[in-house]
Amino acid sequence: MALSRIASSTHASNLLKPLSAALSIRRVISSDSTDPLTIETSLPFISHKCDAPPRAVDTSASELFSFFRDMATMRRMEIAADSLYKAKLIRGFCHLYDGQEAVAIGMEAAITKKDAIITAYRDHCIFIGRGGTLLEVFGELMGRICGGSKGKGGSMHFYRKQTNFFGGHGIVGAQIPLGCGLAFAQRYSKEENVTFTLYGDGAANQGQLFEALNMAALWDLPAILVCENNHYGMGTAEWRAAKNPAYYKRGDYVPGLKVDGMDVLAVKQACKFAKEHALKNGPLILEMDTYRYHGHSMSDPGSTYRTRDEISGVRQERDPIERVRKLLLAHDIASEKELKDIEKQVRKDVDDAIAKAKECPMPDPSELFTNVYVKGLGVESFGADRKEVRATLP
Amino acid sequence: MATLFQGVGAVTPFSASSSLDSNKLLLPSRKSLSISDSRGSIFVYRSDALNLKAATRLQLSPGHQKRSPSEDLLLHQSRGSFGAFGLYLHCLRIAYPWHELLLFEALREGLEEEMERDPRVCVMGEDVGHYGGSYKVTKGLAEKYGDLRVLDTPIAENSFTGMGIGAAMTGLRPIVEGMNMGFLLLAFNQISNNCGMLHYTSGGQFTIPIVIRGPGGVGRQLGAEHSQRLESYFQSIPGIQMVACSTPYNAKGLMKAAIRSENPVILFEHVLLYNLKERIPDEEYVLSLEEAEMVRPGEHITILTYSRMRYHVMQAAKTLVNKGYDPEVIDIRSLKPFDLYTIGCSVKKTHRVLIVEECMRTGGIGASLTAAITENFHDYLDAPIVCLSSQDVPTPYAGTLEEWTVVQPAQIVSAVEQLCQ
Repeated sequence: MALSRIASSTHASNLLKPLSAALSIRRVISSDSTDPLTIETSLPFISHKCDAPPRAVDTSASELFSFFRDMATMRRMEIAADSLYKAKLIRGFCHLYDGQEAVAIGMEAAITKKDAIITAYRDHCIFIGRGGTLLEVFGELMGRICGGSKGKGGSMHFYRKQTNFFGGHGIVGAQIPLGCGLAFAQRYSKEENVTFTLYGDGAANQGQLFEALNMAALWDLPAILVCENNHYGMGTAEWRAAKNPAYYKRGDYVPGLKVDGMDVLAVKQACKFAKEHALKNGPLILEMDTYRYHGHSMSDPGSTYRTRDEISGVRQERDPIERVRKLLLAHDIASEKELKDIEKQVRKDVDDAIAKAKECPMPDPSELFTNVYVKGLGVESFGADRKEVRATLP
Repeated sequence: MATLFQGVGAVTPFSASSSLDSNKLLLPSRKSLSISDSRGSIFVYRSDALNLKAATRLQLSPGHQKRSPSEDLLLHQSRGSFGAFGLYLHCLRIAYPWHELLLFEALREGLEEEMERDPRVCVMGEDVGHYGGSYKVTKGLAEKYGDLRVLDTPIAENSFTGMGIGAAMTGLRPIVEGMNMGFLLLAFNQISNNCGMLHYTSGGQFTIPIVIRGPGGVGRQLGAEHSQRLESYFQSIPGIQMVACSTPYNAKGLMKAAIRSENPVILFEHVLLYNLKERIPDEEYVLSLEEAEMVRPGEHITILTYSRMRYHVMQAAKTLVNKGYDPEVIDIRSLKPFDLYTIGCSVKKTHRVLIVEECMRTGGIGASLTAAITENFHDYLDAPIVCLSSQDVPTPYAGTLEEWTVVQPAQIVSAVEQLCQ
């Protein structure tokens, strides 16, 4: 058994083989072992007005394994969405998250489902991380009734109330004050939970961000503002849009931390640190240094403002899934074949979900008027003016 | 018996009604926060003089427990008296407990009662806390409920409105005060995209039980930027409800209804109406958000109005009555959606409509109302609908010019005379 493992692990990069390999004594770790494993992040954290967390991250074999599987699912889902968009089954705007999976997964690993997350329009993977199913994603993208928002929201409006995922917002930066409000509500009801408000490097130049930061700092709200810096705000590079692209420092009086967003363990460590900090001291800014392989959206080829070499360079050197694969192989948690099997299984799951979503019906025309108002005080809407008033009071 | 009307600052007679027992709103409690029902019964009024029969029935059997399904609306007369029946109500009125207060105090009373009742209700806005509110609507509340529940925000309308909406998504019931409605233009994105649309785009997952309120309208030489009427800008936003209060009685009732509503409600107050005095009942009452108020029933012409213009109309009505006309004045109160039922019944009766509003001519509430009435009740109209609105100009500072931008009673009188030829 040990021999076959050694044979299959020769594919792993020599650079990451632990010292024990040289001694040719291999410890076999099972992929569902929860024994603690400590791995160092590849890059140090850079902090602003706070102490950086340690680089050694506590994890376990099963956790790493789940990272791989979840990230592979997200990657496959986004690629499939790409094909569906080109096949005109998904219309409108479709903003893909591939390349940035580590941020979603690492964050989930550090928090509970009681903590709130709110993000902008690049929300497919965060939705999955919060417990959404592939069927709901593809259903919503294709505008079917089985979608997360019953087909009425679309790509930019994924929400999941039961696991405190608050969307899913189309206007750049508008979710930041909302996130502040979520943190306010958590402080109001004295829950020991935090809110992660995600925004991009493009939104980091919005006034709303600084207004919200001011209020969060003023009232010590448990809000963590996470800047997913993929270095391009739509089609404009960050150095062309921001005078000071050190987004983690722009909070000024609010402490900040710069994290390697392609390293899922670093993200996990930073989010864990941020949660503890926010519950005690108020808001914090996390800047996740990440990268998106696709363009801003499906209507953007993504190559007019950056070179293909740059994209492939990042893919080769910093890809989050490859990093976890190397870790898994280096620590002998899984074999090459097992990982390939997972990828095949993921591919199948995604294809099944797409097939099922394609069979789902479009919403009924009567659905046009549902959910405009809540039936609170008996309001029924038939368009702008009702032809009949039926007000039943409670 | 002639119906009574109120000019600015006059006292309104009030007719008694019976209570609707054990009619409590079932609101979900949230962990440690639960609603305390301080008062036993809640009044629900429909201020409508049309359904006298039902009002009589309920009048004579106060405190009846059961109500038939068709009688979900508790009806009573809030305005006007009719002959002997009116005298009966008038006598009841004397026996019934009530108190006199100003409009801003009525708003505060409504707000305070709701904050007492439900710990999830909170207020946020500029100067609402320690200062007590720039129009004293939140005076004393910060001392009573603390700084977190009556939150003084920095001057950042976009963000604190967004914050209110975010808090509402989790189940809190914030009331966002704009110091002047005009400032809420900065928060338009939050109100339109997040407030109005989140319930729909999330497929019904999130409700936004927020109330956005503030004074608007033309004041006394406040200048163009502080005399705006935002009803016209907000009216197209799907998913929100808009109401405009005009008397202390409906101010309190609408405030309470807006707070209890699960939909986002924008409550339009008027800068010049805050010091109106009126007697309101001691007992708790909630008005319906979607209903119009019959101010003065009549036969010849229907005059639709809201907010401050109600008083100009009533002043004109005095003149018109002397000249022999019998106008029916309806305060539409609900700006979105319109109470087409009340309006329709009135149009059916009088066949002539005059709309008097303070909104701008272009794209204002009057314009939408004209379209709605024409679409729905075209057959009942004997004459085209006339809409008197403010001029399409920025409100000038000079007093005389400012007077001319807004509809005056003399213009209303001549418009009625012309329509009723």
